[in-house]
Amino acid sequence: MKTRMMVVAVCLASAVLSAAPENGLDPATLLKPLADQWPSYSGDYTGRRYSALTQINQSNVKSMTLAWSARLNAGGGGGAGASTIVGGEGTGDVTVGGATQIKGAVLMVNNVLYVTAPDNVWALDAHDGHELWHYFWKTKGGTHIGNRGAAMWGNYLYFVTPDDYFVSIDARTGKERWHKEAASFAQQYFLTSAPTTIGNHIIVGTGNDLDSPGYLDAYDPETGERQWRFYTVPMNPGDPGLETWKDLDAARHGGGHPWLPGVYDPETKLYIFGTGNPTPAYHSKPRGEGMDNLFTCAIVAVNVDTGKMEWYYQTSPHDTHDWDSAQTPVLVDGTFRGSGPRKMVLTASRNGYYFTLDRHTGEHLVTSKFSETVNWAKPALNPKGQPVREPAKDHHIAGALVSAANGGATNWPPAAYSPDTGLLYVPTQETYAMYYLSETDPRGAMGLGGKDEISVGTAGTYISAIDYNTGKTVWRHKFRSTRGNAPSGLLTTAGKLLFGGDISGNFVAFDPANGKPIWHARIGQVSNAPETYMVDGRQHVLVAAGDTLYAFTLYQ
Amino acid sequence: MGIHDVDRRARRVRQCRIFFAVFAAFAFFLTLTLHAQQPPPGGGRGGRGGATITSPRNAYPDRPPGDPAAIERGKALYSVNCQFCHGADTRGGDGGPSLLRSGLVLDDRNGELMAPVIQNGRTDRGMPKFTFTAEQVADVATYIHTFRAAGYDESRIKPPSIIVGDAKAGEAFFKARCAACHSPGGDLRGLAARITDERLLQQTWLMPGTGGGRGGPAPVTVPPTTVTVTLPSGEKVEGKLDRVDDFVVSLTTADGTHRSFRTPMTGGDTPKVEIHDPLQPHKDLLRTYADSDIHNVTAFLVTLK
Repeated sequence: MKTRMMVVAVCLASAVLSAAPENGLDPATLLKPLADQWPSYSGDYTGRRYSALTQINQSNVKSMTLAWSARLNAGGGGGAGASTIVGGEGTGDVTVGGATQIKGAVLMVNNVLYVTAPDNVWALDAHDGHELWHYFWKTKGGTHIGNRGAAMWGNYLYFVTPDDYFVSIDARTGKERWHKEAASFAQQYFLTSAPTTIGNHIIVGTGNDLDSPGYLDAYDPETGERQWRFYTVPMNPGDPGLETWKDLDAARHGGGHPWLPGVYDPETKLYIFGTGNPTPAYHSKPRGEGMDNLFTCAIVAVNVDTGKMEWYYQTSPHDTHDWDSAQTPVLVDGTFRGSGPRKMVLTASRNGYYFTLDRHTGEHLVTSKFSETVNWAKPALNPKGQPVREPAKDHHIAGALVSAANGGATNWPPAAYSPDTGLLYVPTQETYAMYYLSETDPRGAMGLGGKDEISVGTAGTYISAIDYNTGKTVWRHKFRSTRGNAPSGLLTTAGKLLFGGDISGNFVAFDPANGKPIWHARIGQVSNAPETYMVDGRQHVLVAAGDTLYAFTLYQ
Repeated sequence: MGIHDVDRRARRVRQCRIFFAVFAAFAFFLTLTLHAQQPPPGGGRGGRGGATITSPRNAYPDRPPGDPAAIERGKALYSVNCQFCHGADTRGGDGGPSLLRSGLVLDDRNGELMAPVIQNGRTDRGMPKFTFTAEQVADVATYIHTFRAAGYDESRIKPPSIIVGDAKAGEAFFKARCAACHSPGGDLRGLAARITDERLLQQTWLMPGTGGGRGGPAPVTVPPTTVTVTLPSGEKVEGKLDRVDDFVVSLTTADGTHRSFRTPMTGGDTPKVEIHDPLQPHKDLLRTYADSDIHNVTAFLVTLK
């Protein structure tokens, strides 16, 4: 009897340990400011991508050199020396064309790196980049455009797949724990986002280019049972925002996908995230001419325990250009126009406009245009501070010359904010395209169909440094280039450095005060946002270019 | 371009299936044509038989083809009972919503999800109930599932012309803004005869060297961008610009030699780098056009046959 009690006690103790083990990631770690580790998509809950590390700094960055590089082999054919663990619901006969691209966050927890690409997760030793294990998911299909990374809770990793599964694997072994169907493959959802760990919730957002509704799900990290679902568009009679759609059927097919991870305010328990474009994207009449189409293209705050919306602010009412407002917002505590402290949320939207909001209430504080060429809206903002769509700059049969092109003035590559300079750094492109309506019958228009958008060139690609008090661009660095690649995501540090890829294949350290390049190495087109962490007392800066990771450190 | 080819092919294959019973001979001919342009193995639409996903347009598997007899029976039922509200193409109308993008229809396999809706109706939304048998529901579902939903929906009714502008106003704009470099009787003589696609013509004059958006070759060749690098010694090196970034400029001189120079990171003045982009006037004009200017100039240029 006594022995049996002991066994039970040991089992219980190990169960507790598996929930918060010494080797795993304690969810409380996620509440700390970003420094030694990189335990989540943005590194910490603020989305600032500002690291407190100073070992590499403006005075010594010229001595930064390569520590290691690691090329990753996607697919089921075996990795670089480590065994491949195969999962998935597919039959194994669907292959994915194109090169492997690391387009998301790499987690660094306890000297192990966790890297993802669609259908693939790798664990690498952070000392030298060698592969510990590789997990490969046999896909049924779905759009394989990118994967933004994994989330961690205890010893467990969580990621999503293009064929709509939410998968948990054991971070120590790479073995699958379970997988859950998170969205309908038949409705052509495809999941790309990085899940977010908050307490005992794992939050997952959808993606879809047909006309299916967007939503966030919260899952139990232990069992994978769903805790709540928040739809970003009205789904039932009486739902808030329904009056901003032509009818319920239009709302239920209205899109608004939360493509990217949000940020979290522990004080208010608000998970704050951006939503994508309404659908059909270009034929907007079926959505109700000129109607706002809530809660698409908005910053939305939901209570993390209930999934109930606390506030929203729409950055593109009735979008007609497929310009998501899904960019990961940035939380900043500081003075606002000399008074404060004020708790704010900052976002630079794909539509070319920048916004400062109060993050407790959603109150609008600032709107500005951070792209000089953007021309889709009327000159004046409305009383809520929103840009007002100019219908002449929708798609037209004869063509409308619109800036920005479909990629927008900025896109998923994340912005960074430095409390040292008070500036938000935003990857920015100024592009033009002719937008043609190629379908004269709006009835039954769907998804991204019915238009042709043909580029007429790029006016410039920049890092814009924006003052949240005024919305003014304090400086911007124009990349000199003969190429038209998009700029990468950004990282800034207490070492007075700003890291990012240019559009010519260079990885660059800039002075965050003025955008002057200080250091660079040509590694190929940077495909994610740089990160930094400590390994055995040495600061590393990690960045991906296509299928290869590069870790830099000071020369010793 | 390959992407579009795959899409059109899939659509034709589906049309073949639908019309097979009626136009067997024609369909046979079409199938032969299709075989002639089959892609390499693995290049087809995803889902079965070793498919390769190359873009969002072929990322989702087609449904398995339905029984042609069931499709015919379902079509007959649909045209009498459903078409009035949901449209002949299932894309909906004033009376009923599009079925093509309906989550319930997309999730349905063989009528099992549609059955309760058809048999019970949705009286709160104005849909009556239909006394279909399970077999009839399955037939209607088989027919409805022959319509393929796609996020990148192909144009169904393309506008016949993009010309809406005033040629006289376009000529006046041309004389004011373009005539310094171009003339209708000189370099642009017969332009509209050389570029017969109106949209390609418009794109080409807006930004020469860009295509018409369907991946075809650009109809005009633009002279290369050149660069002059002035070295600290005062020597000038000129040539075709191959590549430039914030750190290095590379060029090819007239005799075919590649040369590269490091440029100061801080944006200093040595070596001095001067880039000559022949398209700069076109790029500068982008900020100044009203859409009516563009449409008028195109209306003028299409007269240069």
